[in-house]
Amino acid sequence: MTATDLRRAAPADERPPREPRVISFSHRVSKWDLRFSPYLYVSPFFIMFAIVGLFPIAYTAVISFMDWDLVRNSGQFIGFDQYIWILQQPHFWTALRNTFSIFLISTVPQLILAMFIAAVLDRNIRGKTFWRMGVLLPYVVAPVAVGLIFTVVFADNFGLVNGLLTDLGLPPIQWHKDPFASHVAIATMVNYRWTGYNTLILLAAMQAVNRDYYEAATVDGAGPVRQFFSITLPSLKPTLIFVIITATIGGLQIFDEPRVYDQFGRGGAGQQWLTITLYLYDIGWGQWNFGRAAAMAWILFIIILVIGLINLLVTRSLVRDEGRRGVEPRRSRRRNKEVAR
Amino acid sequence: MRTSRRTVAAAIAGAATIALVATGCAQGGGSNPDEPITLTLATFNDFGYSDELLAEFTEETGIEVVHNKAATSNDARANFFQKLGKTGLADVEAVEIDWFAEMMQYSDLLAPVADDVKGRWLDWKEAAATDASGNLVAYGTDIGPQGICYRADLFEAAGLPTDRAEVAELFPTWDAFFEVGAQYKATTGKPFIDSANAVLQGIVNQMEFTYEEPDGTIIATENPDVKEAYETVVEKAIPIAAYAGQWSEDWFASLASGEFATMLCPGWMLGVISGNAPDTTGWDLANAFPGGGGNWGGSYLVVPANGENVEAAAKLAAWLTSPETQLKAFANAGTFPSQVEALASDELASATNEYFNNAPSGEILTERAEAITVAPFKGPKYFQFHDALQNAVTRVFDGLEDKDTSWNNWVTEVSAF
Repeated sequence: MTATDLRRAAPADERPPREPRVISFSHRVSKWDLRFSPYLYVSPFFIMFAIVGLFPIAYTAVISFMDWDLVRNSGQFIGFDQYIWILQQPHFWTALRNTFSIFLISTVPQLILAMFIAAVLDRNIRGKTFWRMGVLLPYVVAPVAVGLIFTVVFADNFGLVNGLLTDLGLPPIQWHKDPFASHVAIATMVNYRWTGYNTLILLAAMQAVNRDYYEAATVDGAGPVRQFFSITLPSLKPTLIFVIITATIGGLQIFDEPRVYDQFGRGGAGQQWLTITLYLYDIGWGQWNFGRAAAMAWILFIIILVIGLINLLVTRSLVRDEGRRGVEPRRSRRRNKEVAR
Repeated sequence: MRTSRRTVAAAIAGAATIALVATGCAQGGGSNPDEPITLTLATFNDFGYSDELLAEFTEETGIEVVHNKAATSNDARANFFQKLGKTGLADVEAVEIDWFAEMMQYSDLLAPVADDVKGRWLDWKEAAATDASGNLVAYGTDIGPQGICYRADLFEAAGLPTDRAEVAELFPTWDAFFEVGAQYKATTGKPFIDSANAVLQGIVNQMEFTYEEPDGTIIATENPDVKEAYETVVEKAIPIAAYAGQWSEDWFASLASGEFATMLCPGWMLGVISGNAPDTTGWDLANAFPGGGGNWGGSYLVVPANGENVEAAAKLAAWLTSPETQLKAFANAGTFPSQVEALASDELASATNEYFNNAPSGEILTERAEAITVAPFKGPKYFQFHDALQNAVTRVFDGLEDKDTSWNNWVTEVSAF
């Protein structure tokens, strides 16, 4: 017995002094509490995300490799055939072209306009709240209702716009025949809805810019235009990144507006305004071919991922403080600058 | 690496649990035979099943009926296929002819119609609802025999006859129809018919085999009849048509302002015209259809086999599609009966339509129904083929592509189905 005691004691002496051992159960519990509680508190989100986010994505991937029968809930594994089929469809490439075309025609003017309106609203004007709420009003209107309004505006023969054009002696525009005209009409619906939203986000960011800069610039003799380009725009970069990324995702997933653009909702006889999501919907819910629709969804996912990565790379090289939009870092940065001055 | 693999395993286990829970929820729920039964009935648009009508059924049988109406047939279609074979469908579901063939692929999931009500419907209506193993799985509600609606005032202005009987003689064949149309267009400079695709629909519904054959062979692109129909429509119907397709904003505006002189008119179209052009006068209905009879639209009721009260549901479906009830539905909503007995009834024969210059609509449509000789075979992909062909016609109409290019594009498109 003594021998074993000695053997045990010898290495113990060489070790550094240990922490006092937890004795009571409540001690142990509070230790677990410290260790695991944070994970427990954040877990609801991740459990929900696993159920409604990850699981459908994974399941879609499984279905995309199958010839799936929705009603019988069964399928046959066929490998990459669905992906190959989609990439061989001329409609897919037309849809891709239309999606990018509508995305560009809507996003670029929309952001420029939003920036302009925000800059105007950022000035000292009367009835601030009224104007700000007025800008947001179209955003409240449901997309389908917007669609209904604009079908009347953009009807080929009895539409509002063409009525005006013919009254002015101009030839009417073939909104539902010419691909570009249809893209412009759809982009108008998108702009109508989203300009106000982006304006408010940009306005919020503009208001966070330190007013001292403007005062100093005014003292230095810089006009409003110069102030906008030299102070406002650079301070908006992080917000602009956010707005551009959300606009990109939204633009590539555009669905409601082209769907309600005509009575069939299938992108036109010549696929003039068929977008990717519209095509996906048609394959899934029009032809009940969920294998192909799932493959299509994954292709769209990959496209958005690629565009998102390009966005990230471009903006990273443009703006160094990407990702830190909180109040803290900005304040400290300013302080640093002031100290430097 | 080990942690990541363990995480993946945990994720899979989690997903499996979720799947188990999800399927577990779907089970269960048996019916208690002593409880009073409440049935659900799902339709769309307007079948003419008013609350009073359903109350009559409750009075007769003691079974309550809850009626859910979808706004459009498309909504009903999406709902139907998402739930068929699972749970959540109504005890009695309405199915439209357009997606009926799609549904027939799953005829084994529907309760067959009892033998004692068989033979109640027109032969071709029943034949379309009989599956490969000889089971009748759907209860026919209405049909869409087509006549020709015309504007007597516009006909008069163009120097055409206006009397119903005389107008009927103008249209024995499609060629005659196009000739009158061309003449009208030359005299007035205005479109003769509402849409080119309505004509395509009229011609295609007179063919027995269009795009598919019963054994599943696809004949769409080789079928000379389809090509001929396409060429006829492109060459002769497009020049005299106001629009490529129906139901657009412009089309409704034109209908309301009375821009075109004729329409192909199944029974249910009468309501569409009088509802959308209440201020237009001069509409009339001629007892004629080019090239014989033609059917456009019409629906069925089906009973999903895995419902809780299949027996009672079958009773309700049979009652709703009985000749007596269908006549009441016709009075309510103009849904023209598909039952042999109802077609022979005096009530139907004496029905007139005030808006259409008091035309004897019941008598005319009955005769139009009798003139239907061909029951078109519509395979599961009929809708896709036909829709693509309509798009081809629209492309030519819009001047996007010429006749041959548009046809070739259609061929390429449908070859991928």
